[in-house]
Amino acid sequence: MAVIAVFLNIDQHRVAPALQEAAEKLNGAEGEVILDFSSVARVDSSALQAMEELARKAEGTAVRVVLRGVNVDVYKVLKLVKLTRRFSFLN
Amino acid sequence: MIATENLQEPVQAPLAAEILSAERIAYLEGLVQQARTAAAVFSQFTQEDVDRIVRAMVLAGLEQAQPLAQLAVEETRLGVMEDKVIKNMVATEFAYNYVKDKRTVGVIREIPERNLTEIAEPIGVLFSVTPITNPTSTVLFKCIMAIKTRNAVIFGPHPRAWRCCSEAVRIMYEAAVKHGAPEGVFTCLESPTIPDNTYLMKHKDVALIDATGGPGAVKAAYSSGKPALGVGPGNTPVYLEKSADINTAVVDIIISKTFDNGTICASEQTLAIDDEIYDQVLKKFADLGAHICDEPETRLLERTVIDPQTGFMQPLAVGQKATAIARFVGMAVKPKTKLLIAPIHGVGREHPLSVEKLFPVLAVYRAKSVADALKTCVDVNHAGGLGHTAVIFSRNDEVIRKFGEVINAGRIIVNSPGAIGALGAVYNDLVPTFSFGCGTGGGNSTTDNVNIYHYLNIKRLARRTQNHMWFRVPNQIYFNMNAVENLRHFPSRSTILVTNPALEQIGHADIVRRNIDPATHVHVSVIPDAEPEVQVILQGVEALKFYQADQIIALGGGSVIDAAKIMKLKYESPEADLEELAAPFLDLRKRVVEYPTEKTNHARLVAIPTTSGTGSEVTPFAVLTDKARGRKVTLADYSLSPDVAIVDPQFVMSMPKGLTADTGIDCLTHALEAGVSSYASPYTDSNAMQAIRLVFKYLPIAYENPRDEEARSMMHNAACIAAMAFSNASVGVNHALAHAFGARFGVAHGRANALMLPHVIAYNAAVPTKFMPSPYTQGYTAHKKYATMADLLGLGGHTVEEKVTNLIAAIEKLLDQLEFPRSIAELGISKEEFDRAVPELVKIAFEDPSWRSNPRMPLMKELVELFGKAYEGRGLAKAGGSPRQQTV
Repeated sequence: MAVIAVFLNIDQHRVAPALQEAAEKLNGAEGEVILDFSSVARVDSSALQAMEELARKAEGTAVRVVLRGVNVDVYKVLKLVKLTRRFSFLN
Repeated sequence: MIATENLQEPVQAPLAAEILSAERIAYLEGLVQQARTAAAVFSQFTQEDVDRIVRAMVLAGLEQAQPLAQLAVEETRLGVMEDKVIKNMVATEFAYNYVKDKRTVGVIREIPERNLTEIAEPIGVLFSVTPITNPTSTVLFKCIMAIKTRNAVIFGPHPRAWRCCSEAVRIMYEAAVKHGAPEGVFTCLESPTIPDNTYLMKHKDVALIDATGGPGAVKAAYSSGKPALGVGPGNTPVYLEKSADINTAVVDIIISKTFDNGTICASEQTLAIDDEIYDQVLKKFADLGAHICDEPETRLLERTVIDPQTGFMQPLAVGQKATAIARFVGMAVKPKTKLLIAPIHGVGREHPLSVEKLFPVLAVYRAKSVADALKTCVDVNHAGGLGHTAVIFSRNDEVIRKFGEVINAGRIIVNSPGAIGALGAVYNDLVPTFSFGCGTGGGNSTTDNVNIYHYLNIKRLARRTQNHMWFRVPNQIYFNMNAVENLRHFPSRSTILVTNPALEQIGHADIVRRNIDPATHVHVSVIPDAEPEVQVILQGVEALKFYQADQIIALGGGSVIDAAKIMKLKYESPEADLEELAAPFLDLRKRVVEYPTEKTNHARLVAIPTTSGTGSEVTPFAVLTDKARGRKVTLADYSLSPDVAIVDPQFVMSMPKGLTADTGIDCLTHALEAGVSSYASPYTDSNAMQAIRLVFKYLPIAYENPRDEEARSMMHNAACIAAMAFSNASVGVNHALAHAFGARFGVAHGRANALMLPHVIAYNAAVPTKFMPSPYTQGYTAHKKYATMADLLGLGGHTVEEKVTNLIAAIEKLLDQLEFPRSIAELGISKEEFDRAVPELVKIAFEDPSWRSNPRMPLMKELVELFGKAYEGRGLAKAGGSPRQQTV
């Protein structure tokens, strides 16, 4: 089993693809994935879908997915779709 | 809107869930999930984003107004295509005109004068039931409202209007998404069923149900346990009163009742016509294309278009033309007949046509009088139309107003067509809508025309408000020796000098009299030296009236001045009810009972105090005794304040030592309590501090050397200055305790205050068990203010705690100098007797308004403890300091 410690900067313009890339790294791994959302001002439906998928994948592994620097507007969106409890958050 | 839409009858939720297949539930869950995601994403949109999308949707809706109308008529077989085009255009263009400049994102309104900011919060996912009668227009309207407010909607159309509704949803959705709206923001149930509706209405992620339809749909919405806008059927009464413009009225009613073949639930149902114009009105209707039914035709209509079992209209007739209905029932009418008019003789089940009829059949009633017409309209209103719509045609404002008062309808349309008038923005300034709130009468939560504000959670930022405060004192205060000479400057024809026997006897009254303008007629009113009684006041008022006094001079202590204040009140405002004016209040500005402002005589009140304590010469308070009822009445209002105060120490030079001490400590207590009051301000603080300084410096001298003119003068000033502070900042718990104790055991007020004072300061300086809510104070400051007082007196100490301790010690020292009893026990009151009295004392103290400005909210058990400490006395001095203070 691969032990991973991934740090990804998420670009505002390609949130969904970046999350999909992160999700691919989870297969059979354990450790921590830190996704830096500092430059993400908004999320769209595809991003939320990708986050849902990422959370679902992570739940089947020993990987902790940490979202860093999520702005409060995006955090509220995650709250509304009940995704906050499926990730860890770091300011 | 159609009372017989049996499709939308309520179904119990568990039953719905059981009926639905797993696939269907998965489908519905998918719709909700999609809508929830869209709503969440939408919450990030700006006002500009939203407005851009709305505009694009409106243009798309206008573009498709005619095809959608055509589709609606083809599918539903109801209404008139041309009218449905108008409806679709109103639903888009008029709705847009209303919403385009309105803020619905972020801050939507600033109310600076109230320090309030309103902020919009989207609702989230709405489940919207739409009717068969106005299918596409309702969908267009609700889509625009939803986008403007950043909500996602799942539509549940009437099954017989599904095709046109889903097309309307598609047109709106595509326009919205093309201009940036989140995917999934609108969806339309495929093959909708009642169990689908019930499932969605109870879904945890559906935030609001917006049901426009029959009573079943509305009831199901309200029964779901979810917030709901349920807008259902009506039964519109219309009154054509004899003063109306008959031509306009008849045309308007025809427009309304034939608009889309009468499918708008706000259209006229039963028309009450004044007897005087009845025949003329019917002729006018006939001239303009209506068919007036005779008795047999009316009976025929009753049997055919109304279901005899339910008493409601027959669905088959809904939205059909008058000629089609006539043909259906077997009546011969002219080919271009617009409307069938059926005379009825009353309202109710025995008059079947008095119910809602969403087709061009209008019941008419010949009213014998205005009262008869109004009663008939009320009957119609209560026969299924509560809260909905009513119409009146009249030029008589009084009748119009009366109609508005007796009819329970969210929309009362005046001199215009009911159906189009109720939609708003065409014939009047009502908010444009396709959902009529019917209030509680119709089982709804609102009487409004449902609009964007019902699709928003409006949050209010309520900033702390600094209420305006005040500093009000008599505008003329004369002080120092022989200040009484200033009396000469006050012209008066007739003056009443109110005083007491002792002051009359020792010549004080003569001194005053000598200083009044010789041209003035002076009459002396001598009253007992005790808290004034009602009877004494009333006698004084009689004297004022008899001598037509234009000036009242009160010479005496607090009792005399208080008596004069109340005499003046009754003299100026004979109707003033002293009992009522004494009603308790929490905030002077919000008190229930207001003091009279009209004055009959405009007499001047000059107060000349002869003691240095109460400060009544500048206060807005007066106490009197109602012996007949065995109670004291405290009056408080700035209108009671004397107009002029003369603080002349010559009148206190002969005060006995005991009185000097008692009144001096009363003065000190006023200043200390005003200083830490929750109503304290920089204005009152300056007075309180100065009074404290003067008392500490001059009270011991005045006590020891009563003839010391400077000390007497300064103590006289101190009393007045302290009173200016507490007139505006009030007092505190010390006074509440002293009032209760003094009255029960007959102890002079100053002495009673002194027994409580050290303990109350320690109490207020400690961390409160309960803070007093006060918009005037920033944090808890009582201990710091006591420390400031200690600094002012040069008492030393490094910390706040030390300074408070030193202040208490200094007060105890002063009380010792004045030879005060330092405990209740020292007064000879046994512990048993006192303990027996404590429960009642606490009750009375707690009812006393004085503590309401205390910095710390007293709990009743704390009042018990304070009384206990006062009984033991010298607690702090004996213990060598105050209890440990905690910084707040």
